[in-house]
Amino acid sequence: MKTNYRKRELPLHLMLLPGVILLLVYSYFPMAGVVIAFQKFVPINGLFNSKWVGLDNFRYVLDMPDIWQVMRNTVSIALMKMAAGLIVPLVIAILLNEIRSALVKRGVQTLIYLPHFLSWVILGGILVEILSPSTGIVNELLVWLGFDPIYFLGSNGWFRFVLVFSDVWKEFGFSTIVYLAAITGINPALYEAATVDGAGHWKQMWHVTLPGMLPIIVLMATLSLGNVLNAGFDQVFNLYSPVVYESGDILDTLIYRIGLVDAQFGVATAIGLFKSVVSLALISISYAMAYRYANYRIF
Amino acid sequence: MHATATVGRRLFLTLNYAFLIALSLMCLFPLLHVLAVSLSSSAAASGGLVRFWPVDATFDSYRYILQKKEFIASFIVTLERVALGFTVNMLMSILCAYPLSKETKDFRSRTRYAWFFIVTILFSGGLIPTYIAVSKTYLLDSVWALVLPVAVPVFNIILMLNFFRGLPREVEESAFIDGAGHWRTLWSMIVPMSLPVIATVSLLTLVGHWNSWFDGLIYMNFPEKYPLSTYLQLMVINSNPMKLDPTNLSAALEISERTTRAAQILLGALPILIVYPMLQRFFVKGIVLGSVKA
Repeated sequence: MKTNYRKRELPLHLMLLPGVILLLVYSYFPMAGVVIAFQKFVPINGLFNSKWVGLDNFRYVLDMPDIWQVMRNTVSIALMKMAAGLIVPLVIAILLNEIRSALVKRGVQTLIYLPHFLSWVILGGILVEILSPSTGIVNELLVWLGFDPIYFLGSNGWFRFVLVFSDVWKEFGFSTIVYLAAITGINPALYEAATVDGAGHWKQMWHVTLPGMLPIIVLMATLSLGNVLNAGFDQVFNLYSPVVYESGDILDTLIYRIGLVDAQFGVATAIGLFKSVVSLALISISYAMAYRYANYRIF
Repeated sequence: MHATATVGRRLFLTLNYAFLIALSLMCLFPLLHVLAVSLSSSAAASGGLVRFWPVDATFDSYRYILQKKEFIASFIVTLERVALGFTVNMLMSILCAYPLSKETKDFRSRTRYAWFFIVTILFSGGLIPTYIAVSKTYLLDSVWALVLPVAVPVFNIILMLNFFRGLPREVEESAFIDGAGHWRTLWSMIVPMSLPVIATVSLLTLVGHWNSWFDGLIYMNFPEKYPLSTYLQLMVINSNPMKLDPTNLSAALEISERTTRAAQILLGALPILIVYPMLQRFFVKGIVLGSVKA
């Protein structure tokens, strides 16, 4: 009986083998590689012969003049994106659900998902073009309306606003799908019962649709918690410039500059390790909460 | 039943239509504007005359870009990358999702494997250690550096295995009774039944590989090995217009920095604009069935 089991499961192990090997090399080996956060890492000496320096790299980071600024930027940009990214798709999904014309509904959906599939390189190029203070079409409109042109990507006051706005613009369509699916899953009998009880459209929205979506809203909110230190490398990297470091520099862009531009591998890895550990803790908490309150399991 | 719509209701519906259509146009107009700029003459573009329709329409910027050796080279690198990466990713997704979709009683090590995969999305070594792994396996400057480190897409695997689980178990059981093994069941029963999720994951994979630019930037030491997205990142985003020699470009070819940029942005987005509408109808279904189970 036991050998029979083994024989039946052997193909399954074989199917997983290539994936396991690749993950070992490119995910688990780098995890072990975080030891260089505690070394004065010199590539020629390798992982095992570089000098151990204990917590020096972390101390160096804490003494960096910009680090708190960067921390504040990271957390505040991420939180603003999370809040906007939760609310906007929710509202749009409810509004979209009211549309009866299948043609309009599909057309709107097709267009609002579209930016999700374009990279920040492409969207960055587009934003630079339309937001340009001299020739951009947005500023042209502002001037036409009687305002002064705004240098959106070169002003510390506006930069974060552009980050949050453009992030929502890129991603809201995608989250809208999930909310729409949740609305579709609400039992139609509840609406009929509400109608019988004399509830109009607004009351139905408030007392049937929203409560029906609550589990998925809680789920999306908890799952996004793990991203508190992810303010979006691709986006910031493609939009920022030294002028707006003050308001836009985030942990990931700082790691890039310290690690690959200045070649201070130990220091960059130390910041990366800090970020990973905090994110891991937040993700674990959020998954535990999602499991408990929304009965969510990833597998 | 709905005939008795009140005035307020009708007003709301009208405003709702107007708002949502405006919103979707907001997702389209920036692209249209860039398209119009790319097709306009450089004089019109730099004069700020272009809105959503080309002024003095010309294909000069496209002609200029398509003549550039670097553009063509990076385009070929991208094709190679997308072909290799797509094949490897899809193979890995299907091969890993199938065993992981089994019940624990049918595959006793399932939970251990599941954690092995999940840990990699919870914790990562970060930029520098990953770079070291790529260089230690001699992948720097090879197209495989853009394929192997991302070969096992755990998120897509989760999407796929959730879909596999929703398939009726009887199909699999009858396949086993007819003497089919796991391999055969997977390829001739499960995969053909899973087209929505496979189409979804295909779209995500194709778009992912086409759009990736950062790995090209760090793993390639020679610009001629950059994939298109990396090339665009450097040319369109990172290059300072003042550093280029404007007289050289515009005098010879009557094209401006601005129209060339716009044309490059559009060429970079073009394949997605073509593939996306074709796969879009599958992907809503695939995402919903794969992710929302509560």
